[in-house]
Amino acid sequence: MTEHKKEEERIEVRFTLNGQDVDCTIAPMQMLLHLLRDHFLLKGTKPGCEEGECGACTILVNDMPVNACLYLAANAEGKRVWTIEGLGNGQDGLDEVQKQLVAHGAVQCGFCSPGMAMAIKGMQLFQQRTQQVLDRAAIQKWLEGNLCRCTGYVHIVDAAERLLQQNHG
Amino acid sequence: MNMEQKHKLKVIGQPVPKIDAGLRVSGKAIYGHDISLPGMLHGAILRAAYPSARFSIDVTEAAKLPGVVGIITANDVDMNHIGYKRDHPVLKKERVNSIRDEIAAVAAETKDIALQALRLIKVEYEPEEGVYDPHEALAAECGAINAQAQGKFGHPNIAEVFRYAHGDLAAEKARSAVVVERRYVLPRVSHACMATSNITAHYEKQTGKLLLYSSTQVPFLYQRDMAHALKMSASDIRVIQPVIGGGFGSKLDMYPFEPICAALSMKTGRPVQILFSREEEFVASPTRQPMEIWLSMGADSDGRFTYREVKVLKDNGAYTSWGATTPFVIMQAFSSLYQVRACAFEATAVYTNNVYAGSFRGYGNPQATFALERSIDLLADALHMDKADIRKLNANQPGDVTGQGLHYATCGHADCLDNVLKASAEAKAAIGPAQGRYRRGIGYASMLHVGGGAKIYRSDGCGTTIKLDPYGYCTVISGSNEIGQGSETVLAMMAAEELGIPINKVKVINTDTDVKPWDVGVHASRTSFVAGNSLLGAIGLLKEKLKAKACELMGVDIQDLNYDEGQIRTANGAQGVALDKVVRELHFTPPHELAVANYFYEPGSSFQDKGFKGNVSGTYAFAAQAIEVEVDTYTGNVAVKNAWVAQDVGKVLNPLLLAGQIQGGFMQGMGYAVSEELQMEKGRVINANFHNYKMLTAVDVPNIYFEAVETHDPQGPYGAKGVGEAPLIPTAAAIANAVCDALGIELCELPIHPERVLRALHGKANTIEPFKEGIAG
Ligand code: FES
Ligand code: FES
Repeated sequence: MTEHKKEEERIEVRFTLNGQDVDCTIAPMQMLLHLLRDHFLLKGTKPGCEEGECGACTILVNDMPVNACLYLAANAEGKRVWTIEGLGNGQDGLDEVQKQLVAHGAVQCGFCSPGMAMAIKGMQLFQQRTQQVLDRAAIQKWLEGNLCRCTGYVHIVDAAERLLQQNHG
Repeated sequence: MNMEQKHKLKVIGQPVPKIDAGLRVSGKAIYGHDISLPGMLHGAILRAAYPSARFSIDVTEAAKLPGVVGIITANDVDMNHIGYKRDHPVLKKERVNSIRDEIAAVAAETKDIALQALRLIKVEYEPEEGVYDPHEALAAECGAINAQAQGKFGHPNIAEVFRYAHGDLAAEKARSAVVVERRYVLPRVSHACMATSNITAHYEKQTGKLLLYSSTQVPFLYQRDMAHALKMSASDIRVIQPVIGGGFGSKLDMYPFEPICAALSMKTGRPVQILFSREEEFVASPTRQPMEIWLSMGADSDGRFTYREVKVLKDNGAYTSWGATTPFVIMQAFSSLYQVRACAFEATAVYTNNVYAGSFRGYGNPQATFALERSIDLLADALHMDKADIRKLNANQPGDVTGQGLHYATCGHADCLDNVLKASAEAKAAIGPAQGRYRRGIGYASMLHVGGGAKIYRSDGCGTTIKLDPYGYCTVISGSNEIGQGSETVLAMMAAEELGIPINKVKVINTDTDVKPWDVGVHASRTSFVAGNSLLGAIGLLKEKLKAKACELMGVDIQDLNYDEGQIRTANGAQGVALDKVVRELHFTPPHELAVANYFYEPGSSFQDKGFKGNVSGTYAFAAQAIEVEVDTYTGNVAVKNAWVAQDVGKVLNPLLLAGQIQGGFMQGMGYAVSEELQMEKGRVINANFHNYKMLTAVDVPNIYFEAVETHDPQGPYGAKGVGEAPLIPTAAAIANAVCDALGIELCELPIHPERVLRALHGKANTIEPFKEGIAG
């Protein structure tokens, strides 16, 4: 063991988190997942694999879904970050995405659910921005990076389909 | 037990979403990964670098690392061996038998420090060759792989043997018009729960009590196992279950990391948390049993099944878990799925230096059903019989008592078959001649599974305490537990139904062994059935208590009452009194009673005798699936297009949750069929990540057409049976049959990945192998 470990390099990063401006000092290689969970104590973003393969940690950065586990916190500089905690600020605490997931029975163990909700939110925003209509096959494709071991995906895709149809129609 | 149903059901049968779905989908549910206690340390485990080796260990340098608070090896702890056969040292001393073997553990201020400390532990290994093939392990000259093995079965590497027989095998063989013999090979697959294994242990030296936040699915058995491991009194251990991110059988055993975490907390006097990485989850959590099944079976000239002779060889891995007892279920499929006159069964679990297998949803049944249903297709071919007809002819019927003594009081097997055969008929007719690049095929399979628990432990029961408060809310304290399957919601629905209150006035408390009454745990598709009956029993007692007071308040003679919309009413509806008022009067006026009742339900099933005969479950579930695939003959890729699924569920309690169980189970079965395999090379896991371990995704989902068959089981709550395991059991078999139907090939192995399809297409199919003699000592 080296006696005096070199003082670790720290950098500063500012972004908006669920609508609030935040700044913090981080290690350059810090992943956003850990910053969210361990520093901001936003435990809704789930660590399913921490290697970019399961989507449990899906959040929105500038309205597009990303895997927080592979996203360097440093890269959030100046961006808009939304986590599951930022959804559903109404009376009942549920966004329409979440309401559809609940109503369609798309939640079992629920460990994938926050990530699914964020991925679907990203879809909805994408559809609104581009005025494209995402059909069932496009929804399935969009969710390909989000694994779920419990539900078999059917109810999740149903929920997304209903939501996007409603938004469009 | 059926409650009297005088009125139409209002809540039962409705598509009620899971009561805490809103919390889960908001990221507010607290899983093991989200727990953080004051002063909590982070634990990490050092595992073997070789699957078979002698070793010596030195932790001196690691202990000096700033931030390390405690390190343990086998030399620092005094623990009993764990596992179903007590053949598993928690921390290994001087020799390791598998790549997941735990040899040291660190508790440190941060996870990073703990991981850094692991790298500073010096281990010197003398690696040995190791044994990775169960056949080799059984060779006469092969020594004991696990030194703790009991060696009761004639060879030190045999961990367990099950033998079963009914009927006159020789006579039935003699009268068989056709016989099919095959060897089937089933892979090792992982549960791949989305939340990795986790535990937080908090030992208080001041009280001598241990608090565990654990994702176990059998908290009371776990409490005992933990007490045994740590040499503590079981009741000094309190098990609290946080929200569980997937179970599927993986949490039926207690594993070494759990007592290790407790030992770290005892050593440091601080709470300690261990969270597995995904790689660790693949390497160090249990798997479905890999096995070889030799199956010989026959039929007479009418197509009636005559006999089945079965030998199963299971790769136990280095230690024995509950998974070694899967032959309980495997033999049931062979003895009792479809009518069969004779059956001789033998299963042997063998030690190897592979990772050890555990229990997994279906408990051996997907493997058994694969072999059986594949061979049924082959028998039909040999008889030139239609594959649907041979199944219908031999289907189980209500009232059957099988050779093994299973009593089918209700039985939807034939209905399930009829259902999927009819539903898929049009698609079948539309399949053109087998030509061109893409070929379509349809395959069938059925399944039988316990539907009301399984009497294996001393009790298969469940306790309930029910309480009404002065505001008219109900608290159900159930011994059973929720692992994501929705049992909590079903219990809340039952209470709402029976007490005539809205479901949001029902609270289910089921996560704390210090509070809840005994239950054997989540397995054997038992929770809705056993915990449901237990709750209904408690409600019956509670209503007896309320009756006298309610009648007194209404000024009527003692009589049976109705519960509706928060009111207790006379049978004719003329008079009523608010439920909450009755509770208040019960509490606050003489003789001052609590609106509380306790009930213990023990299913009417029986223990099996030494020959494994007996009516082991409260009821039995049946299912059939017809599956259409399209195979690309250029690439070997199998696309599952349509699935028709029918299941005897007794009675639909909640169609939304039921559909979720069906779809989720189906997709697990489909993954088992076409893509999943935990690959090992000489004892090492070589695909320990989601990139190389192929889980199905949303794009792979076929059309799933589900039909519930209701047989109204007299023993079931509202007539319901267990549903959780059935949907994945026949899936791999039906898909294999469909691929064989499409291509005219033979497949005896899973998963059916493109390479396997191409090999079969190009003439490298399985050859028929006779039974290997002496596989079971
Ligand atoms: S945790 Fe980020 S993708 Fe799995
Ligand atoms: S609900 Fe359990 S992983 Fe999706």
